[in-house]
Amino acid sequence: MEATLAPSLPDEHHAAPTGLWRWLTTTNHKDIGTLYFWFAATMFLIGGLMAMLIRAELFQPGLQLVQPEVFNQLTTLHGLIMIFGVIMPAFTAFANWQVPLMIGAPDMAFPRMNNWSFWLLPVAGMFLVGSLFLPGGAVAGGWTMYPPLFMQGGISYDLTIFAIHIMGASSIMGSINIATTILNMRAPGMTLMKMPLFVWTWLITAFLLIAVMPVLAGAVTMLLADRNFGTHFFDAAGGGDPVMFQHVFWFFGHPEVYILILPAFGIISSVIPTFSRKPLFGYASMVYATASIAILSFLVWGHHMFTVGMPAAAQLYFMYATLLIAVPTGVKVFNWVATMWRGSLTFETAMLFAVAFVCLFTIGGFSGLVLAMVPVDIQLQDTYYVVAHFHYVLVTGALFSIYAGIYYWLPKWTGHMVNETWGRWHFWLSAISVNVLFFPMHFLGLAGMPRRIPDYALQFADFNRVASLGGFVFGASQILLLIVILKCIRGGVKAEARAWEGAEGLEWTVPSPAPYHTFVVPPEVK
Amino acid sequence: MNPNGPSAEPLEAAPNVAPASRRPCGPDQMDEAGETPALHARLGYGRSGMSAAGNQRTSRWLVVLALAMFAFGFALVPLYDVFCDITGLNRDAAQALANNTQVDASRKVRIELVANVRDEALWRFAAPSQPVDVHPGELVQVEYELENLTNRPLIGRAVPSYAPLAAAAHFKKIDCFCFREQRLAPYETVRLPVLFVLDRGVARDMKVVTLSYTFFALGKRT
Amino acid sequence: MRLGRRQVVMACWLGWIQPAAADWALNLPAPKSDIAARIYDIHTLILLVCLGIFVVVFGAMFYALFKHRKSVGHEAHHFHEHTTVEVIWTVIPLLILVGMAWPATRAVLDQKDTTNPDLTIKVTGYQWKWEYDYLQDGVKFISASSTPADQIANKVAKGAHYLLEVDEPMVVPVGKKVRILLTSHDVIHAWWVSELGVKQDAIPGFIRDTWFRANEIGTYRGQCAELCGRGHAFMPIVVEVKSEADYQTWLAAKQAGKQAKAVAAVAAVSKTYSAEELKASGEKIYAANCAACHQADGKGLPGVFPALAGSKVANGPAAAHIDRVLHGKDGTAMSAFQDQLDDADLAAVITWERTAWGNKGSPVQPADVKAQRK
Repeated sequence: MEATLAPSLPDEHHAAPTGLWRWLTTTNHKDIGTLYFWFAATMFLIGGLMAMLIRAELFQPGLQLVQPEVFNQLTTLHGLIMIFGVIMPAFTAFANWQVPLMIGAPDMAFPRMNNWSFWLLPVAGMFLVGSLFLPGGAVAGGWTMYPPLFMQGGISYDLTIFAIHIMGASSIMGSINIATTILNMRAPGMTLMKMPLFVWTWLITAFLLIAVMPVLAGAVTMLLADRNFGTHFFDAAGGGDPVMFQHVFWFFGHPEVYILILPAFGIISSVIPTFSRKPLFGYASMVYATASIAILSFLVWGHHMFTVGMPAAAQLYFMYATLLIAVPTGVKVFNWVATMWRGSLTFETAMLFAVAFVCLFTIGGFSGLVLAMVPVDIQLQDTYYVVAHFHYVLVTGALFSIYAGIYYWLPKWTGHMVNETWGRWHFWLSAISVNVLFFPMHFLGLAGMPRRIPDYALQFADFNRVASLGGFVFGASQILLLIVILKCIRGGVKAEARAWEGAEGLEWTVPSPAPYHTFVVPPEVK
Repeated sequence: MNPNGPSAEPLEAAPNVAPASRRPCGPDQMDEAGETPALHARLGYGRSGMSAAGNQRTSRWLVVLALAMFAFGFALVPLYDVFCDITGLNRDAAQALANNTQVDASRKVRIELVANVRDEALWRFAAPSQPVDVHPGELVQVEYELENLTNRPLIGRAVPSYAPLAAAAHFKKIDCFCFREQRLAPYETVRLPVLFVLDRGVARDMKVVTLSYTFFALGKRT
Repeated sequence: MRLGRRQVVMACWLGWIQPAAADWALNLPAPKSDIAARIYDIHTLILLVCLGIFVVVFGAMFYALFKHRKSVGHEAHHFHEHTTVEVIWTVIPLLILVGMAWPATRAVLDQKDTTNPDLTIKVTGYQWKWEYDYLQDGVKFISASSTPADQIANKVAKGAHYLLEVDEPMVVPVGKKVRILLTSHDVIHAWWVSELGVKQDAIPGFIRDTWFRANEIGTYRGQCAELCGRGHAFMPIVVEVKSEADYQTWLAAKQAGKQAKAVAAVAAVSKTYSAEELKASGEKIYAANCAACHQADGKGLPGVFPALAGSKVANGPAAAHIDRVLHGKDGTAMSAFQDQLDDADLAAVITWERTAWGNKGSPVQPADVKAQRK
């Protein structure tokens, strides 16, 4: 591959650091992608263990394992860790590894800032997890941090705000880097409308992040000021309004939901065409759908707060705007199905996860539609139905897409093919148990079980037991993924440059594993 | 992380490329934008502005966007009020008396008066025990009662709230104790008047409206 | 029979008849108000529409998954655009959405229509109990969970209404429009009774209103639906819907009881109780009002709620202890109990706190409490 051969560069012969120092100082997009990936994996383990503890407590009515205040800390940290510590870093890992490879750039636009963006994260992660061991325990007011409840906490609440600031700074820096890379560093001939859809979704995600992470930073800064500096942004006593926080928070929070799912759309749009051996159906409409979802996401935040007592006109507006999002989302699902239609399908593990994503994410979309209906939402707001909804979207949606992406690009990253037998076991165990885990939660919510409770009435016992059993199996199945990845790193069938028969795109023109420096001479895209 | 650990191994085993130990872009030699892009510009990655300078320009715009959105986060607080003003959803609607104050004698609206107090240890705060029936457009005065239960002077303030929310736009308050801080001497009891007009624009089917005040202590909590 | 039809629909799509017991319940509870019934119908409608779309779209997908595989020798067709199809599958969902939004819009407007109530009840959320104030009838009481701590701790068998039972339920007449005025004393709570189709957040400093009209006499149970701290799971709501006559009887008894209680309270103040009498009733009052924070063993929760066992206040002068319970402590979760408990109850609970768990404080008589009321 002549494109990847480095010409004699002036500074090439330079003693590079080794050991820990190498990873601390690396500016290579592939190294940093790997770091993001292992960070997400570590946090996934921690957040996952918390989820196991939550499901164990909910296995039967009564208080068995943890007291209510510890339970609230677990649910709060589980949410914060999974969103900010797992899904977002995992997608950033994909962006770091894949975006330069897919657009034919040698690295990210700002390699040193890239290093910074990453190394801020473990610090924030340690603050979050470490706050568990402070007096009074970790933050317990829910990941949404609503005041005035959030005012009642101790030092760990301030530490959590600090951690969110750091994670926000990391995300903003990362997004500026990714957006600049995509806008400025594409290989000659790689026009915007020739970019792989994954790159498109990340470009739009980067803009969403740059737009809303600062708003979150503003919201938590106001909380911090209310807690420590005597301001009254959200305190009725000083002329503030606690509901105002919810408005500001969800102005961030709803685009955040799409930050957590748009890159997933991108990954799925890479995987499905490969294993269908067909180009993606409706590429242009996919791009437009992604952009319109992003724009609409700024206009619907109120649907998270239908029960705060907003006027009917506001409820109706937010309901219609929310329903509108179903249209571009539907277009995406139809396009994926049309891509598979009359293809030549094979079902490697990556494809299995992608197909499960399309199916199960759609279930999450449907329950979203149900929740968008104001009258129904009045019944279901803050119940397990909502828990079921966002876990379908985030676990069988975002997380499954990450799995699909891992299985799809591992050969490119490690140089070895994935062990499909282990992969299939991982897939089938996960796909079945995740439904046993989350599907009954719809019934629990409909029957009237509120969310965020450590103990429940007897009529909810049966489905909780089922969900907990599913949860334990799902949790244990993820160990298989770790085994698959470690096996793949250590050895296995050698991967070709084009690891998959139907794979298209620049990343498959470089050898597997991808060399440390790629596209030092830009490839020509026709 | 161990560089010889699993994740690093395949990278170094890669054929056909400069080994990892000879990386050209160690941080020590990089300019602000990093060296690789600059190198790129030389090597001819060149659609418009694909250079270190181009990267700088793009990122500057994005930083400005991020800062603007941070400011916007704070601005949402006042903006929300402006939005409520425009759409008439505001809780504290125009306090001026409507110019055209004709009384609509054909109907009556029942005003329920409610009092809440946050710090029961400090205050007793009571609403008139009976609701008042008013004609839209009519000038009405009601009195709340506030008592300092402690042996020290207190400062506090009442925050109004209306139900249904749509009624808020039609409450025109000429004078209200909620406009001011209240200072009470030890054990003092005061009567707090509210003078208001429920304007004639209030919907015909709105027959019961609740006016509520919540009293809060101000200043450093003791 | 509305309900019958609904259950048939349910049975069809799930393939089995819903069991009569609430266990394994798959759907919203049987609605007991018109709004709840309409919500039920809207939900069923959307569910069926979604199910239809799911079957069509994923029917096509699974057809492709089976027929268009490489292993059965299917060759890929390289089409990747079709404008007409793309326009169709943008427009059709749009039309379906409009069809679904229509009934929902009408329901929203009715849900928000709090005009012309027959009765207004002000509901205040506290951490972690509810207060009901019948504004026009001068009746006001606190309603707290009555599930014994031993059941929660799995020491004894759980009752039928575990976590869904209260000491004093809210009582309303059947068929009357009841307007609920909601506010909160501390943090945001949400008042929710599924069978009546109402849920509304209670926001400190502001009031919000909602309404319901119960169609059937009965007891309906709900829970706080907004995370409000450690007791969030333990602040149930019970609404007893009675006939108009029974409601009036209840109201009259409540008003008479209020007077009788006031008389009894006056009598109690002049009486001197033995330490054993005080401790016996104090233990119960403590369990109902104090144990949620300070814990049944008096040890509190380190860093969150202070311990009473061995505390300076409980072992020190009685006056300071009475003052703390009567007036609360500013800036903490310790609220003032002067309006929540009468002198006799306060004396009992304070005596319990001062003598339980090895504490060596002096007992307190109702007269002592009365003397410190301001």
